[in-house]
Amino acid sequence: MPGIIEESLVVLDLAAENKDQAVRLLAERLAGAGRVTDIEEFLADVRAREQVMPTGLEGGIGIPHARSEAVTTASLAFGRSPSRVDFGASDGPADLIFLIAAPAGGGAEHMTILASLARRLVHGSFREALRGSASPAEVAELINREVGA
Amino acid sequence: MRIVAVTSCPTGIAHTYMAAEALEEAARAAGDTIEVETQGAAGMNKLAAEAIASADVVILAADVEVRERERFSGKPTVEVAVSTAINSAPAVLEEARARVASFTPASASAPKSATPPATPLAAAGFGSRLRQWLMTGVSYMIPFVAAGGILIAVSFIISGPQVAMQVNGGIFHGVHYAGATSIMAIYHTAGIGGVLFEVGGVAFSMLVPILAGFIAYGMADRQGLVPGIIGGLIAVDVHAGFLGGIIAGLLAGATVRLILKVPVPRVISGMMPIVVVPLISATVVGVLMLVVIGNPVSFIMTEITNWLNSLSGANAIGLGALLGLMMAFDMGGPVNKVAYTFAVAGLASGGIGGQKVMAAVMAAGMVPPLALALATVLRRRLFNDAERKAGEAAWLLGASFITEGAIPFAAADPLRVIPSIMAGSAVTGALSMAFAVSSPAPHGGIWVVGLLGHWPLWILSIAVGTVVGSACVIALKSLRRTVPSSASVISLQEVANA
Repeated sequence: MPGIIEESLVVLDLAAENKDQAVRLLAERLAGAGRVTDIEEFLADVRAREQVMPTGLEGGIGIPHARSEAVTTASLAFGRSPSRVDFGASDGPADLIFLIAAPAGGGAEHMTILASLARRLVHGSFREALRGSASPAEVAELINREVGA
Repeated sequence: MRIVAVTSCPTGIAHTYMAAEALEEAARAAGDTIEVETQGAAGMNKLAAEAIASADVVILAADVEVRERERFSGKPTVEVAVSTAINSAPAVLEEARARVASFTPASASAPKSATPPATPLAAAGFGSRLRQWLMTGVSYMIPFVAAGGILIAVSFIISGPQVAMQVNGGIFHGVHYAGATSIMAIYHTAGIGGVLFEVGGVAFSMLVPILAGFIAYGMADRQGLVPGIIGGLIAVDVHAGFLGGIIAGLLAGATVRLILKVPVPRVISGMMPIVVVPLISATVVGVLMLVVIGNPVSFIMTEITNWLNSLSGANAIGLGALLGLMMAFDMGGPVNKVAYTFAVAGLASGGIGGQKVMAAVMAAGMVPPLALALATVLRRRLFNDAERKAGEAAWLLGASFITEGAIPFAAADPLRVIPSIMAGSAVTGALSMAFAVSSPAPHGGIWVVGLLGHWPLWILSIAVGTVVGSACVIALKSLRRTVPSSASVISLQEVANA
């Protein structure tokens, strides 16, 4: 199984004004890498999840995500948004955006990797490392190392 | 503080695990121990039953229904949104700490949207720990009540109310039944209905031992089981009913706790859980139950019986109310038995007077489960999950004159439930006498309604008493609910709602 993230899935200057734009830009990267087969279907699934409850968390985090038929392998697209995008967190918009894509029928292996990613996200040191990374390659390497994929 | 937690979110791939991690981190920082069950897409790493049993508090951080939630009933519980656990895990732990201190069983599983849990920062009071112990026993007893009660009710439906006589022997409606000569002969003598009746009876015979055993388990963990169950069996033998079972359970738990405080040499400590503790605790509890509890109970039963007999010719309505009070007081315990035996004896002596007393006693005995079943429907939030489930079964049990259906409620919260159902049953007993309803059948509940004289008025009596009892339970339980005052709770709620 490939890593959860690769260089092409990291956008360090995400130019998005709202969360729909941000999610679409990141989803296009997933589609470009062949990890999402039908971008519209995937976006609809993400929106549906976002409507249940916003995915923004305190500390500048947005984690839009979905399990979708359009996803082939457990993946993460990561964006840093200097201008920040509102994901509905109580303390304001997010500068770190994690778009998590899980295959609908994903086996335990996929889900375990995503679970370990989610656990890393809680740690302030992990977030700071992402904020301080200089290149997409560095980010991809850091994340894949941390989640053990 | 020992914590078990469940985290769960709509998709099960992100927040579930973030909340788990945040809670674990916060617990590590605060020096608490925690086990988290993540109900997510990667499956569910189920908490061990022992972990739940030994936990001081349960944290449910969930935006969707928690699976197998009944595992936690009776435990102090904090419910928060998943995002609250992620954003402010340390505050959630503090709320849990306060929850342990202020725990009261009925509000333990109130939905988070209804009322924020109150958290007066008092030390864990004896009262709240007592309620927690009782609730542990009750939650293990409820399935026995439901299974046994429904089996008995079904046996009445299949074979008619004479099924008890077909199995045990006796006279019913003028017919003499010899009864089954042995337990193996029941199917031959009384058919499948008789067999179900017997199985239900065996389940019922376990109510008090299980209650006592698991009250002791709640106090002293598995070491409490042996003295608790033995004490409960003796409570049954001395006709002390479920109140005797509560005493046995508390006695057993306290005894084990005391024994474990005694320092022992290393040579013996290995033998403590297998030999020493069970031996000593069973002896202490058994002797106390037989000698200290048994004698007074039989003395009281004799005295009340004599007193009731001396009342013959007294005001009929007053007698109906008195018998109603007695039927509801301990539901199958000594006082209830005296009232019931008094009625059955009157029935055997012939005459319409005895039949009227019988109708009043049966109606009054049906009210407690019905009143509580009604209360669980009218005010769900006053009852925890286990009690709501017991409430569903209680309709059938009450209708079948199986008063024991109310025991789970009474054992969990005796001071509020028992007076309430006594009020309801007294009203029903008095009304049934006032309406001069008569019953030639000693049991059967709604299934013998065809045999009763003035049966519509009998139903009316039961309905009025049920409403009265239910209203009293709701009123008394509502009084206890405390007003949220702590600033930390309010801020948590704000976070949850944001």
